[in-house]
Amino acid sequence: MGEHMLDLGILKTWLGVVVIAAPTTLLALLGAAALLGWRLSERVITRCVHAAVGSGLLAALAVLIIMLADGSRHVDVQIGDWVKIPHYHFSVSFVFDRLSVPLAILSFVLSGTIAAFAARYLHREGGFNRFFTLYALFLLGMVAASLAGTIETLFAGWELVGLSSALLVGYYQDRPAPARNGIWVWVIYRVSDAALLLAAVVLHHLTGEGDFAQLCGHGPWPGGTASLTAGQALIVGLLLLLAAAGKSGLAPFSGWLPRAMEGPTPSSAIFYGALSVHLGAFLLLRVSPILECSMWLSAAIVILGLTTAVLAVLVGRVQTDIKSALCYASLVQVGIIVAEIGLGFRYLALVHLLGHACLRTLQFLRAPTLLHDHLQQVNAIGADALGSASDGQTTRLRSSRLHLWLYRFALERAYFDALLLAWVVEPCRRLFRCCDALERRWTDWLAGTRAAQLDITAVDPAGKHEDRLAS
Amino acid sequence: MIEFPWLEVSLILAALGAVSVGCLRSPGRAYGWGLAITAAVFACTVPAWLQHYLGLKTSPHWSIQEALFGTIIFQLDELSAPLVPAVALLHFLTALATARTKMRRFSLSWSLASESIRLATFSCATPWVLIGLLIACAIPPFVELRNRGKSTVVYRLHMGLFVALLIIGWAAVEAAGNPAVAPSWAVIPLMAAVLIRCGAIPAHCWLTDWFENASFGNALLFVAPLTGVYAALRLVIPSSPDWVLLGIVSFSQATAIYAAAMAVFQVEARRFFAYLFLSHASLVLLGLELHTPLSLTGALCLWFSTILSLGGFGLTLRALEGRFGRLSLARHRGLYDHSPTLAVCFLLTGLGSVGFPGTLGFISTELLVDGASSASPVVGLVMVSAAALNGIAVLRVYFLLFAGARHTSTVSLEMGVRERMALLALAALVLCGGLFPQPGIATRYKAAEELLQQRHRHEVSDLADRPGAGNQPG
Repeated sequence: MGEHMLDLGILKTWLGVVVIAAPTTLLALLGAAALLGWRLSERVITRCVHAAVGSGLLAALAVLIIMLADGSRHVDVQIGDWVKIPHYHFSVSFVFDRLSVPLAILSFVLSGTIAAFAARYLHREGGFNRFFTLYALFLLGMVAASLAGTIETLFAGWELVGLSSALLVGYYQDRPAPARNGIWVWVIYRVSDAALLLAAVVLHHLTGEGDFAQLCGHGPWPGGTASLTAGQALIVGLLLLLAAAGKSGLAPFSGWLPRAMEGPTPSSAIFYGALSVHLGAFLLLRVSPILECSMWLSAAIVILGLTTAVLAVLVGRVQTDIKSALCYASLVQVGIIVAEIGLGFRYLALVHLLGHACLRTLQFLRAPTLLHDHLQQVNAIGADALGSASDGQTTRLRSSRLHLWLYRFALERAYFDALLLAWVVEPCRRLFRCCDALERRWTDWLAGTRAAQLDITAVDPAGKHEDRLAS
Repeated sequence: MIEFPWLEVSLILAALGAVSVGCLRSPGRAYGWGLAITAAVFACTVPAWLQHYLGLKTSPHWSIQEALFGTIIFQLDELSAPLVPAVALLHFLTALATARTKMRRFSLSWSLASESIRLATFSCATPWVLIGLLIACAIPPFVELRNRGKSTVVYRLHMGLFVALLIIGWAAVEAAGNPAVAPSWAVIPLMAAVLIRCGAIPAHCWLTDWFENASFGNALLFVAPLTGVYAALRLVIPSSPDWVLLGIVSFSQATAIYAAAMAVFQVEARRFFAYLFLSHASLVLLGLELHTPLSLTGALCLWFSTILSLGGFGLTLRALEGRFGRLSLARHRGLYDHSPTLAVCFLLTGLGSVGFPGTLGFISTELLVDGASSASPVVGLVMVSAAALNGIAVLRVYFLLFAGARHTSTVSLEMGVRERMALLALAALVLCGGLFPQPGIATRYKAAEELLQQRHRHEVSDLADRPGAGNQPG
């Protein structure tokens, strides 16, 4: 019997390794091809993706089945110490439990579905190889973050997801708007990354460990009790909340979400409808024992979640394109999920997350067809027959100042981007451009010459349209 | 191989190579010979490093150095052992990636002369010789600026101040007998000299001026090895009192954040690179001056990572400049479709320098932030913020150069074979170092321990030399 248990343990460990190795191998293959300039055919890429996603999914399902069969709720896969010196070690370990296994399986299922869709959607597109290289980067990041057993591993996965998202937003490289929006998304993600890194460092110092088992108390998720005081939990929790807010587009960072729709539909579906947008909520679920240590922290999470949901409802109602409307609808649900986490409903939040991810993926993938269907309907029976706001309603909206204000507020997407630009980006830009000019004058004065400068104003007739951050 | 003086041979080879290549008239032949010699120099530094790494000694019976100088001046220790081949590699790859059109501008003779001085600097720990070499290091850039017809005033002013302060500082420190009990007025010039050479604000303008006026290859080779940081390690850290280190930490913090923010908002590629480099150099210096085992290890790792990652990043920018001239960052260029490999290398080396997972910089940054946070939460916050800003700057420039527009060109803009080899070699090192970091981290930890022991020995002798120390009750 003991030998049988040992065999199952080894089997689970090996299956766990396969779950991680599958996307890693895919990334290594596609990444090497990109670096060396090899042009893989669409068929080869598609087959590699199917093989990686299929093997990863099967291994994850096998782990789940074994866990259900032997009643274990926590499987620790220790890869080993990646770096070990006195005073410091970076261990790579992955955890299979009630939180990580569903999310890993969901990641494989939705990624597989979207890969199948994208193989047709992007057929003969110039960036087919690039899309799937970034897709592999995302898949590895998502799986690593889902199964991370240490906060450092989670951080690594978190960054991979961030980079792939930003680069896919800028997928269409012949237009300036996707590039601008890619930068915007990346800036928000870097703020989120910095917050997570700081939280990791603070946790490391408070507990001496980076393992979630040590940070959140031993015992399978969602049990366990963190050994932090309320004050410590509040500091760490606020950093984690900031990280989650950036990643999940919670207020005041929600402006990046509609910008991210510049990417191709499959990437919108996978990132902002299904998986990436839920990563912040997942982080909060993972560290839920820390949240329990501070009532104020839980209250802050509930307030942030509900605020985001209400704002997203308002903004979503005035969106005029299907992808933006869907992304705000996603945000409403993400806000509610975050509020559920703050209220302590862990399982409810998890089930909500899984269900919402599936529904939204379906809607995003249907979005281009819906537009097509809608246009066909308009052509067939006319726009009036499809129904629109009645004159009476419109008049009533216009007549109320509150409604008008709300309408403008929603149309400007709660002014978040405008405020960030006006209060953060623009002052910084002015300050550092001023410093740059002063430095140039200083060196010119020292040298007694006028240094040759590149013309930075007249180079681009379209420069006036450029984002202030990008320029 | 075991008992061969590889280090000495590499130094002599580089010096003789500089003279012999300088005698050649044809640029093509000079390039061919110069490239072969830089390759041979690199090939000699690798076994020199291996000798040290494996704990093997050079010939115990006879030494070139003892025969010439009567003592051993140039030798590798834990600190310098991996830096010497890294610097030689950077020289070799820069020469390799030089386009035919730039052969006349990139003087391999001067490059080899600089390499021999730089390698000698990094393998020297004797203070006055090191100071002489640091001064010698500053001469080739001056010649470069003069040969290009550029103003040398900014460079001369800063380097002149650096040389003067360095000599005054060390002379005063030695005059005090024991460096550990040197008076403040003696240590301050030394600290100022190091800060000027590292480009700390407000004495950083020489760096942007140098990048704007020198050829990109020479500018890169002069700054990328972080010679100023090496001077700080050899001359300042082992013996300076804590308040000096604290002073350097303060200047480095301000420089790291300021330079990172300036990089984010730059509109010229060369100045962007100069600020990005400055921010990294300050982060390395910051970690070193905190003198905790973790911060020192992290800083030493980041140093190595900076040489390779920012070296590669600089070479990609240089390759782009070779095609388009000086690059403005005021508009999108959309070059990805024309040179996808260059774009991938740009992204990989750039992200490697800012500590992206899977690259050499990742674990260095983790260690550095961890070590810095335990020394001071504020320093930790500064480091994280600077790293975040540097990441933003790199991706912003990527989007500006490689996306956002449709670029039309009638000629191929793809990388040449030599460029591709150089960049892929650096990209492979950045990735391999990131995926298998343990050997590198372990050797850097040993170097950090050695440095801390040196400092500890000085502190002990400081206590012993204090007036009345012998009368203290037991």
